[in-house]
Amino acid sequence: MSLAVDNLRVYYRTLHGDVHALDGVTFAIADGEIMGVAGESGCGKTTLGKSLIRLDGRMRYVEGDVSLDGDRLPVWDDAAMNRFRFAKISIVPQYSMSALNPIRKIGRMTFELLESRGVPGDEVRPELLRRLQLVGLTPDVLGMYPIELSGGMKQRVVLVISTLLDPSLLIADEVTSALDVASQRAVSEMLVEFRDRGFVRSAMVITHDLAVLYQVADTILVMYAGKLAEKAPAETIVHEPRHPYTQMLLASLPEVGVRYETTRLEGIRGRPPSLLEPPSGCRFRDRCPLASAVCEQEPPFVQIAPRHHVACWKAG
Amino acid sequence: MNRYLARKIVLYLLTFWVAVTIDWAIPRLMPGDPIQGLISRLQTDPTGAEELHGYFTRSFGLDQPLWKQYLNFWAGLVHGDLGPSIAYIGSSVSELIWAAVPYTLALLVPAIVLSYIAGNRVGALAARRKWLDSSALPVSYLLTATPYMWLALVLVYVLSFRLGLFPVSGAYDFSLQPAWTWEFARSFLSHWFLPFLTLFLVSFGGWAIGMRNLIIYELEADYASYLQALGAPSRLIRKYAYGNAVLPQMTGLALALGVIVGGALVTEIVFGYPGVGSLTIAAIQNRDYFLLQGIFFFIIVGVLLANFLVDIAYVFVDPRTRTGIQGS
Amino acid sequence: MTTLEQSTELAAADAAEHVLPPRRRRNETLYFAFRNRKLVVGLSVVLFFLVLAVVGPWLTSASPFEFGYPLGESPSTAHWLGTTAPGQDVFSQFVHGLRASFLVGAVSACVASVIAMAVGFTAGYRGGAVDEALTMVTNVVLVIPTIAVLIIVAAYLHVGSLLWEAVLIGATSWPWAARSIRAQTFSLAAREFVSLARLSGRRGRQIVIHEIAPNMSSYLFLVFILLFGGSILIAATLDFLGLGPSQVMSLGLMLNIAVSASALQLGMWWWFIPPGLAITAIVGGLYVTNVGLDEVFNPRLRDR
Repeated sequence: MSLAVDNLRVYYRTLHGDVHALDGVTFAIADGEIMGVAGESGCGKTTLGKSLIRLDGRMRYVEGDVSLDGDRLPVWDDAAMNRFRFAKISIVPQYSMSALNPIRKIGRMTFELLESRGVPGDEVRPELLRRLQLVGLTPDVLGMYPIELSGGMKQRVVLVISTLLDPSLLIADEVTSALDVASQRAVSEMLVEFRDRGFVRSAMVITHDLAVLYQVADTILVMYAGKLAEKAPAETIVHEPRHPYTQMLLASLPEVGVRYETTRLEGIRGRPPSLLEPPSGCRFRDRCPLASAVCEQEPPFVQIAPRHHVACWKAG
Repeated sequence: MNRYLARKIVLYLLTFWVAVTIDWAIPRLMPGDPIQGLISRLQTDPTGAEELHGYFTRSFGLDQPLWKQYLNFWAGLVHGDLGPSIAYIGSSVSELIWAAVPYTLALLVPAIVLSYIAGNRVGALAARRKWLDSSALPVSYLLTATPYMWLALVLVYVLSFRLGLFPVSGAYDFSLQPAWTWEFARSFLSHWFLPFLTLFLVSFGGWAIGMRNLIIYELEADYASYLQALGAPSRLIRKYAYGNAVLPQMTGLALALGVIVGGALVTEIVFGYPGVGSLTIAAIQNRDYFLLQGIFFFIIVGVLLANFLVDIAYVFVDPRTRTGIQGS
Repeated sequence: MTTLEQSTELAAADAAEHVLPPRRRRNETLYFAFRNRKLVVGLSVVLFFLVLAVVGPWLTSASPFEFGYPLGESPSTAHWLGTTAPGQDVFSQFVHGLRASFLVGAVSACVASVIAMAVGFTAGYRGGAVDEALTMVTNVVLVIPTIAVLIIVAAYLHVGSLLWEAVLIGATSWPWAARSIRAQTFSLAAREFVSLARLSGRRGRQIVIHEIAPNMSSYLFLVFILLFGGSILIAATLDFLGLGPSQVMSLGLMLNIAVSASALQLGMWWWFIPPGLAITAIVGGLYVTNVGLDEVFNPRLRDR
């Protein structure tokens, strides 16, 4: 088992109280699996990604167990997490375009980073060059400053650097969001290739774009308002979704070839609930067409078929 | 790089032209007759005064049409001729200024360099250590809010007049002549120290505050977050943050020059230090307009040159200027 | 001082998107305002001297230039801050000097703010050639050392009143503010609400006044405070050089006269310590208030 998360709760501290951004999620990612995490803004997917590698100042770990390859990850302890970062768990952040020090040549920064983590530059250099070539960059890139590269190039550089030590788990946070469609495809394909070649053992791809996940992910995890809604193989999620939210999410995607006169674009009415004082029961209740009295009880995230979990009373 | 420096050179040349024009124009806007003022200082009899008036008017070119005066002004500058002094009759303005400049530079250069280095170090440290932040920062705010001449007054009053630790005025002991001797050096240093300290302290405050804020800002930048996510030690992150924070500080150096030059002027006055500052007050009190114009010209040239030097240094520090893409 | 300006600029450039409704936001701002120690301390100091400046002249019967008092006496119940060497009341000079400082600071900051806004908004909103030209002008004025220009101008065109002194100082200290305002305007002009305003037919100047400026209001206020403090310092320097209005008592003028009257040698600390101390306190208070306000306006700075 690559990653196992058990009842993870991470809140954000604000003046008005704690925002329950991640409110008890349990799931696992197997070796070699690419799991996509989808959901609208504020559902907690980015919090999930961040909390696995580094809590920022506002985040507060409440409870939950995380283990990677059998080792317990002390996500609450910034210093203790350090030995896992980069080597065992790594991240391609949302801000990859600005993740590189503007006044350092890329090669120099990379080697300084490696040295500081106890990895001699010479050992890794040949592999670094090989991987750069793999993603379509020349070795010249190492002698350039970030400002000399395009956005897509910087994204690829960060992908290579982040995966240089062959982490067990790579978290890719909205890596395609800022790109055009062609680049999106290129980066998605790279992610899969990196997994196939064993550069990363498993990956968690966080995005709001279900279409990308369909191409890239083996399993898809749909989140809503800090909780898990559904988890299933990508095919199943897209063709046989059981959670009403997933169904409506898919229905709201525009299809190529369909015109407005024949089929209207359906959105999902309403907005996600405030996570400052989350409502009791199922959080999707207010927007769900299937909601009834039983939904006042919070549905557990249960398995309804092999590798298919749903949190909904109506899906069983 | 060439584009960056070329733009700067154009700016400085333009500024120089504007400044010189101001230098030339302002006196001509002054109400009253400058020659009359000059004559009255010389105290000659009325007929002699009238002749002198005509003589001076002609020799200063004030009877020429304005545009010609303007060109003559430039011609004079090119030849290094800034006119005669009225306050110190017999000396030319350039002579006086050249004699005073070394003293002012002796104060300014160490003060700027040391306060910049020390201020940056302390500011960067304060960004990391809470105890230093709570103590150094309020002090820095006070220092930067202190008027130079008042700090000079306080220092000279307490340390020289009351405690007798330092001499009260001058650049060196009256009985000595400038020479390469230990005695002179010691005397020079003891006279130099307090004015230097004044300039140093006030400027230090500004740098410390600026650096501290910049470091905090940089530590929250994306590249810092990325490095932290990859487990890099804070040592490395701080190093990068510092390198990035230095850039706006350098730009700030160019701007701060104007302020510290003003500070040097008034500090010298308090300490009777024979630099450009003392020359300025003498010029003001004696209505020596040629001297004032000359001093203004010198300050402009000095500041522009210093700015340009900082710009050149900046090119080496910020790689973005070298890649042909405009930095901020 | 310029580094202060830079850091304020940087912090304000990340001004958070306001998520809460306006009334709640205002209350939250006030809540933070009162809890922020820097703001409270800084403002208190400034207000103390302001009150002293307003009320002080009524507390004393002496006029600042009036002679006839005992020569060079240390503070006593009759003369709270003692007398000067030639026999004037120091307290009277002090409070009138405070008035002068606040007046010059305020007027100068207004003048500089107006110019900076005009230049900054125009350059930031219009862009292109207009921006290039204005930026060049700004840079030229920026590079020329203020004090040198002020000396030249003040020496020739005798500054007769505080008003002129303030206008003069304001006219030379706007460039750094113009640059910051320009930068902010750039980023704001690219936002959707401006495009919306443009689409609905609003003209440029209206857009700037009604859409852009209000969104920068907190930042503009911070700029004003810094200009205020800076102007007081510059005015004090000018006055010290004898280039300020000679008929008006100012703190810098007090220092000037004290030095030439050998107050140092005569040990008359009550004459030359208070004026500079007041300037340091007021300007320091303004700077600290500025930092405090910055923290109140920008939540990101608060957690430190």
